[in-house]
Amino acid sequence: MAELPLSKEAIQEKFGPHLKFDPPGGWDAASATPEQLVKTHCCFCGQGCGIQLKVKDNQVIGFEPWEDFPFNEGKLCPKGVKRYMQGSHPDRLLYPLENKKGVGYERVSWNAAYDRTVSAIQNIQAKYGKDSFAVLSGVSLSNEKSYLIGKFARVALQTKNLDYNGRLCMVSAGTGNKKAFGVDRAANSWADILETDLILCAGTNISECSPITTDYIWKARDRGAKLIVVDPRITPIARTADLILPVRPGTDSHLFNTILNLMIQDGKIDHDFIREHTTGFEEVLNAVAAYTPEECEKVTGVPAASIRLAAKWWGEAKRSFLLHARGIEHHTKGVDNVLSCINLVLATGRIGRAGCGYATITGQGNGQGGREHGHKCDQLPGNRDITNPEHRKFIADIWGIDEKDLPGKGLSAQEIMNAIHAGEIKGLLLICFNPAVSLPDSLFTEEALKKLEFFVVIDFFMSETARFADLVLPGSLHEEDEGTATTAEGRVIRIRKAVNPPGEAKVDWHIFCEIAKRLGKGKYFPYNESEDIFNELRVASRGSHVDYYGITYEKIEKNKGVFWPCPTLDHPGTPRLFEGGKFAHPDGKAKFHPIAYRPSGDEINAEYPIYLTTGRVIFHYLSGTQTRRIGFLTEECPEPYLELHPALAEKHKIAEGDAVRITSRRASIELKAKVVKTIRPDTVFIPYHWPDKQSANRLTQRALDPLSKIPEFKFSAVRIERIGPAQAASPAARKGGCS
Amino acid sequence: MTSGRFEENDFFIDPQRCIGCKSCVAACGECATHRGIPMIHLDTFDRANTVKTGPMVCMHCDDPSCAAVCPADAIKRTEDGVVQSSLSPRCIGCSNCQIACPFGVPRIYEQSAQMMKCDMCYDRTSIHLKPMCATVCPSQALFFGPKAQIEKMRKNKANNQFMFGDQLITTKVYLMSSQSEDPTDIDVMAFMADTHLGEPAPWE
Repeated sequence: MAELPLSKEAIQEKFGPHLKFDPPGGWDAASATPEQLVKTHCCFCGQGCGIQLKVKDNQVIGFEPWEDFPFNEGKLCPKGVKRYMQGSHPDRLLYPLENKKGVGYERVSWNAAYDRTVSAIQNIQAKYGKDSFAVLSGVSLSNEKSYLIGKFARVALQTKNLDYNGRLCMVSAGTGNKKAFGVDRAANSWADILETDLILCAGTNISECSPITTDYIWKARDRGAKLIVVDPRITPIARTADLILPVRPGTDSHLFNTILNLMIQDGKIDHDFIREHTTGFEEVLNAVAAYTPEECEKVTGVPAASIRLAAKWWGEAKRSFLLHARGIEHHTKGVDNVLSCINLVLATGRIGRAGCGYATITGQGNGQGGREHGHKCDQLPGNRDITNPEHRKFIADIWGIDEKDLPGKGLSAQEIMNAIHAGEIKGLLLICFNPAVSLPDSLFTEEALKKLEFFVVIDFFMSETARFADLVLPGSLHEEDEGTATTAEGRVIRIRKAVNPPGEAKVDWHIFCEIAKRLGKGKYFPYNESEDIFNELRVASRGSHVDYYGITYEKIEKNKGVFWPCPTLDHPGTPRLFEGGKFAHPDGKAKFHPIAYRPSGDEINAEYPIYLTTGRVIFHYLSGTQTRRIGFLTEECPEPYLELHPALAEKHKIAEGDAVRITSRRASIELKAKVVKTIRPDTVFIPYHWPDKQSANRLTQRALDPLSKIPEFKFSAVRIERIGPAQAASPAARKGGCS
Repeated sequence: MTSGRFEENDFFIDPQRCIGCKSCVAACGECATHRGIPMIHLDTFDRANTVKTGPMVCMHCDDPSCAAVCPADAIKRTEDGVVQSSLSPRCIGCSNCQIACPFGVPRIYEQSAQMMKCDMCYDRTSIHLKPMCATVCPSQALFFGPKAQIEKMRKNKANNQFMFGDQLITTKVYLMSSQSEDPTDIDVMAFMADTHLGEPAPWE
């Protein structure tokens, strides 16, 4: 049973997070000449910045900018600068651990760990059926691992219940993109941002979550481009924007519908493009007809004059680029919000040309590639549909199995956790996912994890989720394996092995192959190296919209990345999609979708009168299991806080630094107040990178978008109350809060 | 890739672009010379009222006050105009330089008992690499390159002459003017409608 063997405090004392400030061996060792400079990429967001790692004695001792890599030309955020501190971190898991109640985690041999894992899988599946054992994975993993885990779940475990943490990230955008364009990728490389005249950023804190993109935006602004920012908070990129639309949380699609209606009224749409290259515009025209700026002002809290100005600029621009991210996507209407943005792009025909484009800013390290290769409950490699008979046959043939043995569509990530809680799923294998921090309604997640009959985790650190596991298997970091990832732009990049995993830790995919072998499925996993997996992935993606067939390791290295689709070995790759107005639907046209504004999943009322939105800070990555161990990053931002406007603070007699209780319909947490004029006074913000009593996700709700199944992290109803003056800082909080 | 040669390049601070990420601080601290201690400072102006931040490197004055007031003659300026950290055998940690600098740059560090400050990555620029902070800066609020290039690329103006009281100071490093409005006090309510859903508003 997946109980904690010791108290959380005792586990934390042994496994961290502890803070590491200095390179391995100290600064003297770091000053030594490295044996090697390995050209690879940062692991900490979807931009995939190029970086060189300094290697000596099988340790990464520092970094050097990689100025020749075209995307970032040497630029890095502080996470990229300090990422090398993970490798030799004292918290690294070095051998398999078994959870012994009251004792702790005891070292076991790999052989014993594999035996127990395999027999638990077999027993649970024999007793409760194949689908009672689930797999949860993540998209900080390489394309190779993503592909392999999809195949492992379907072929070795024969379970339909495989999903991934991309479910908390890009699925609303992905679903919207497939509906509108027939394919899920940024329509352009970022080079088109440089040539545009108007940039609309909706729900994207670019400065903190996609920092290098700031330079692309500024270079466009240097040429005279205007910037519109839609966000309930004035983020650093919004500070100097030409137009700030501080939208009330959950009202995005109302704003975009109204802007479109104003453009239609003013005749500022491209009728030729709409006629020749799209379908469904009539329905949209009717759907937005009733959206007036005056009504929109009431709903969104944005002045009608600002809405009119946005419509005028978007209507009149010659070239434009629309960027959005989790701010509009983390909603029970995330797909609606995405589609209402895409309607604005399609109505102007400004896509598929130089300086004209659209993109979601993918957040995770391999958020793009990890969502393409059969890692999701409804998907097969090549972003194929697991319910489509032709797609199933194609992949079953490549895998050498009978199509009838290929499981069908399974549950999404939150639904898997719900099924565990309900006792329907009894066993779980988890890698690269920290649901105890990152799923909504954290207390529910903890309850669920404790109900598992068998729980095995592969990780390089003891994450807050791994604490509950029966077995923890030590896996590999980004820089400990060869592979590829695909960036937010759709650029496939090469991840290089700089060092071997420490101690008895193993390269992740070796662990999956060994479990498969012991389950009697070894013949389906005959790989000797990562490139073997990639070459199978290429074939499995062939002929799909997400065609990697023409991409090889050698070609990626030579060209410093290749954009998919790339169907043949002599194909140069495709930085810009949809040129000539050709879209990926069978009729070659893009689809408009009428969107009716509807309320969010949590109700604002007198008892819970305030909107809570959650998000990231520059210094931390996702659930923080990596970055909360790095001294510099954690000193800069040691703990979460409640960001609120002075008007709201005054009403509750809250001063800067005061302890505040925040209560939602799920739970209460207590944090320090950060009183700033840069957030709407009806809204509060908490960064979500922390666990347990500091977890923003104790407050958030499990309501899902009906199509994408993304949770509604950007909208919870809460109330706040002052508890008292500031409490003593936690040990890590030596320097106070971050900006 | 820009060569780090001083003959071809200058250093520019463009505070309007700063996003407060402290990448410059993190990367500066990685230097083998000062080992975990960043020499660049990032100022958070007034977080209650704005998200504005600004990086501060040594401006490398043509006639550096820090060197002029040093009783131990511990602060030297190279031929190519870089004002260096104090020479450790000479520095007596008196803080004169810290008080005299019009830009607030030099600091006395307990660990090394001397004044240390930005030396524009002399270890890197001397082998034709760009200074580290300007290499990593995500928004290029710190820029190292030809003056003609930045003047062509950006609409704002580069300035390296500053009046402090009656004293004119000319610096090696340039400060860029703002190319659009960059308020030091920004309240989201100025961009919101007066109307709101429900009565009363949660802040009233």
